[in-house]
Amino acid sequence: MSASPIVSIQGIGKTYASGPQALKPLDLDIRHGEIFALLGPNGAGKTTLISIVCGIVNASSGTVVVDGHDSVRDWRAARAKIGLVPQELHTDAFESVLATVTFSRGLFGLAPNPAHIESVLRELSLWEKRDAKVMTLSGGMKRRVLIAKALAHEPRILFLDEPTAGVDVELRHDMWQMVRRLRENGTTIILTTHYIEEAEDMADRIGVIRKGELILVEDKAVLMTKLGKKQLTLQLQTPLRQVPAELAALPLALSADGNAITYTFDTQRDETGIADLLRRLAAHGIDFKDLHSSQSSLEDIFVSLLRS
Amino acid sequence: MNFYAIRAIYKFEMARTFRTLLESLLSPVLSTSLYFIVFGAAIGARVGEVDGVDYAAFIIPGLLMLPLLNESISNAAFGIYMPKWAGTIYELLSAPVSAFEAVIGYVGAAATKSLMLGALILITARFFVPYQIEHPFWMVAFLILTAVSFSLFGFIIGLWADSFQRLQVVPMLIMTPLTFLGGAFYSITMLPPLWQKISLFNPIVYLISGMRWSFYGKADVDVAVSLAAILGFLTLCLAVVSWIFKTGYKLRN
Repeated sequence: MSASPIVSIQGIGKTYASGPQALKPLDLDIRHGEIFALLGPNGAGKTTLISIVCGIVNASSGTVVVDGHDSVRDWRAARAKIGLVPQELHTDAFESVLATVTFSRGLFGLAPNPAHIESVLRELSLWEKRDAKVMTLSGGMKRRVLIAKALAHEPRILFLDEPTAGVDVELRHDMWQMVRRLRENGTTIILTTHYIEEAEDMADRIGVIRKGELILVEDKAVLMTKLGKKQLTLQLQTPLRQVPAELAALPLALSADGNAITYTFDTQRDETGIADLLRRLAAHGIDFKDLHSSQSSLEDIFVSLLRS
Repeated sequence: MNFYAIRAIYKFEMARTFRTLLESLLSPVLSTSLYFIVFGAAIGARVGEVDGVDYAAFIIPGLLMLPLLNESISNAAFGIYMPKWAGTIYELLSAPVSAFEAVIGYVGAAATKSLMLGALILITARFFVPYQIEHPFWMVAFLILTAVSFSLFGFIIGLWADSFQRLQVVPMLIMTPLTFLGGAFYSITMLPPLWQKISLFNPIVYLISGMRWSFYGKADVDVAVSLAAILGFLTLCLAVVSWIFKTGYKLRN
């Protein structure tokens, strides 16, 4: 990994002429070769941000530098590095798969390379369908076509805007395999997703955007430990009606049927308090038959961030 | 200069043209043939000569220009409106393609189609009337200039339009009356003096007059004025297109 960011976003903001401020000026650096996941509810400004970096929407303020090229002054070099898979299935209905993907390569200023196009189509299981008109394909296949178009010019940076929305399990699986392999080849990937388990599974870093504001950028692992809470659940030998008064000060929750106690603790603290808890439970004659601990998922973290 | 992009756009647009070749070329040829039968054969026989040219032959330059203007506009308008409507324009906007390159691709393809149409109409006309072309070079020059300028004009309309209705409104409400009153079927010297003066505000008059001069050496206005008019229109359209791309008007908002 080189030290300088491959995409450097500085003070980028967008206010649409029709009114609302879609993005408050924000800074964000994307590192070489990472998978960066941008999370946020609908209308948070994810697509606006991507569109600005890709040159589809003019920013109201700020600059974007793509691999050393200013996206406005040196737009040609900046754009040539980027491939974009849009969220909506925007496809040319009447074109064949092969023609529309070949078109994309030409549009980005590269000489024809049938071998590359073939390998992209094969990898996306589109080669058999290369002569089919795009309009005859299923939604999932159209999504594959859009990915093939974005990869036709061998971009260094790939934007995937909600790539798995409305996509079946098989394609999701294929797609993530392809993303991993692209990353191995040094491609930087920036994705937005609603499937938080995917970000959790795939991303190196995570950014959270809310109401046009980038509220958090963090390594996924750091984020998980920083904001993650652990819970210890004890299955009781005999149901309790209530937590004994002496233990009420502890962060304990009794399940509705009284069969389990849940203890919530912070992973950041040196002293988790588990040993103390167990001693005190024993002192009160509360016996348990089973226990397990769980860490909060990124989804829990995400929801709590958006509520705060 | 991104030549591969120009070629890709041009090829894409020509593929669209050839997919709809029958509809897009046959209907203008059919309507032109009908004009020849009605105005050339039926009415023309009673009109006799205009400016020393047999009426059936006199209307050929006008009948060549009418579909050329309309098809250039609607072709180019449709070509750029479709990606906007279908959303596929995202790719063009995110590609390293300048306004100028996009225009060459789209407008070049639309103008090519118009020129194919023009050739077809000239061949069709041959079946009805034996005509001569006095200045073939200028005839081709006017043909190309008109096809390019009005394709450019159509391109602007396609960028501006945000519904299919708007796409139709300029060709329907502006071009049709201007072309019919542009001297396709008559010499403006046949009009009352007041209407002759009003006609001089109609840009189509200059186009048809120039085209007629290239055929028969007869014109309503000086051919140099015709040439200046079409070149002026071309320049105006180019300025508008580059302004649109520069400001992102209706494209990058």
